[in-house]
Amino acid sequence: MPAWMSADLAIQASYFVTAVLFIMGLKRMSSPVTARSGILWAGAGMAVATAITFLYPSMTNYGLIVPAMLIGSVLAWWSGKRVAMTNMPQMIALYNGMGGGAAAAIAAVELYRGGTAGYVTTTLAVAGGIIGAVSFSGSAVAFGKLQGLITRSLRFGGQQLLNLLLLAAALTLGALVAAGVNSSFAVLTGFFVVALVLGISMTLPIGGADMPVVISLYNALTGLAVGLEGFVLENAAMIIAGTVVGSAGTLLTQLMARAMNRSLGNVLFSGFGDTGGPATGAVTGSLKPIEASDVGVMLAFAQKVIVVPGYGMAVAQAQHKIWELCQLLIERGVQLRFAIHPVAGRMPGHMNVLLAEAGVPYDLISDLDEINAEFETADVALIIGANDVVNPVARTDKSSPIYGMPILNADKAKNVIVIKRGQGAGFSGIENALFYLDNTRMLYGDAQKAGAELIQAIKAVG
Amino acid sequence: MTGMVALYIFMLAAFTGYEVIARVPVILHTPLMSGSNFVHGIVLVGAMVALGGAQTPLEKAIGFVGVLLAAGNAVGGYVVTERMLEMFKASGTRRVGKGPH
Repeated sequence: MPAWMSADLAIQASYFVTAVLFIMGLKRMSSPVTARSGILWAGAGMAVATAITFLYPSMTNYGLIVPAMLIGSVLAWWSGKRVAMTNMPQMIALYNGMGGGAAAAIAAVELYRGGTAGYVTTTLAVAGGIIGAVSFSGSAVAFGKLQGLITRSLRFGGQQLLNLLLLAAALTLGALVAAGVNSSFAVLTGFFVVALVLGISMTLPIGGADMPVVISLYNALTGLAVGLEGFVLENAAMIIAGTVVGSAGTLLTQLMARAMNRSLGNVLFSGFGDTGGPATGAVTGSLKPIEASDVGVMLAFAQKVIVVPGYGMAVAQAQHKIWELCQLLIERGVQLRFAIHPVAGRMPGHMNVLLAEAGVPYDLISDLDEINAEFETADVALIIGANDVVNPVARTDKSSPIYGMPILNADKAKNVIVIKRGQGAGFSGIENALFYLDNTRMLYGDAQKAGAELIQAIKAVG
Repeated sequence: MTGMVALYIFMLAAFTGYEVIARVPVILHTPLMSGSNFVHGIVLVGAMVALGGAQTPLEKAIGFVGVLLAAGNAVGGYVVTERMLEMFKASGTRRVGKGPH
């Protein structure tokens, strides 16, 4: 028996263990109690698979593999450790794009080398190549947009047509390769270049508000590309992990799109997302300002307070101050909950991460379905940097772009206090009817400063 | 691996992914997306194999970039997911030392 056969058995056994660890890790990540251990399990799986792959039969180029791994790992480790929690969504996009790029690179190496035997394998390599390349360049654009490197959403007439033409061109070139008609250097290179351009031009017109759905979609696509390249390389760990992520990511994308009241097609093929709809004339009344000292008294003597945090709070880095304020209220015996809209923050669940960073225990945090009935019995709804997710227009005004989106019923509370920087409209540019209600008072100012003032005011009450 | 077996693996893995995620609370969506992002970092083993079999300078160059990107996916995905999940605590087990207390 040649030596590599036993190595092969060791490799296959290790990949099997890795697949089990990945699936159990993901399962554990789906509950807050076990989530932390889930990533450790999955990490162990990754370590096992990577280490055993060095034993692959007839591997060469170790002098290139090791430095490439070191450079990639060190850069990612360094950036991952220092990224602020508010910037997490674009960081996920970046790492995800790298995975897509890697899948496309595998396809490129195998296709240039002529290493794919038969139509089926070649077709799978081509499919993984185009999906991986689109995910790579698309995720890079998504990163650039959320990071503020790309500030304009490029839109022009015939854009959809251009994207369709690019897609058709990529598919045609891919079909030439897959059918074995022509897999010359020029055709292969053209195929990858067109696929990369398609990813860019697909993502450029999509607005910032829709980016989380897009990032999630590219995450699923990368998973699929990895699974497809796994078939090409006959690598069971890649097939299973890639496919699991592909289907899990698709489901996650649907859940996110539903939470934002958008369909996936709507996100990808319409311009809404950062332009906002036309301002509707339905909003009447006036904005009524209030002083922090008055709010302090109101909060101190309330029985039940529901805090609705939004991205504005995170931008002001106010979550620590707000939690300090809430702890004061809890000590006074106030019944206090945090209400999180599914799309609060830049991504579903992002706000929970930001609150967790400040030390808020997750059992004080309720999602929309749990908390909405409770607003009616709340003395104060404290809105901090949130806007569209509490806009009652979504229930009533059919002409509004956010009509039909589930919202937090903050307007049902006895008193509504809105902490807001200025009088501008929200992320989507839509006027908020909540701010003009009779039971609403506006506390203008930076969320961190307002939080500090409220703490002083409540302490002054004694 | 025969085509049909591969197809079965694909089908079963797809259902597994769906079932594992189906009952996830919204509070974990961001870490879970990050966690699944880490899991497809397994592309690293494929990138290693591809570079390991590369012969021409072009193949080696693309393979090198592939391994570099894949390692970034795996390591970066792990680091940010671990950082996020590390912060999730219930009322009883509040962190000592950090935060306003």
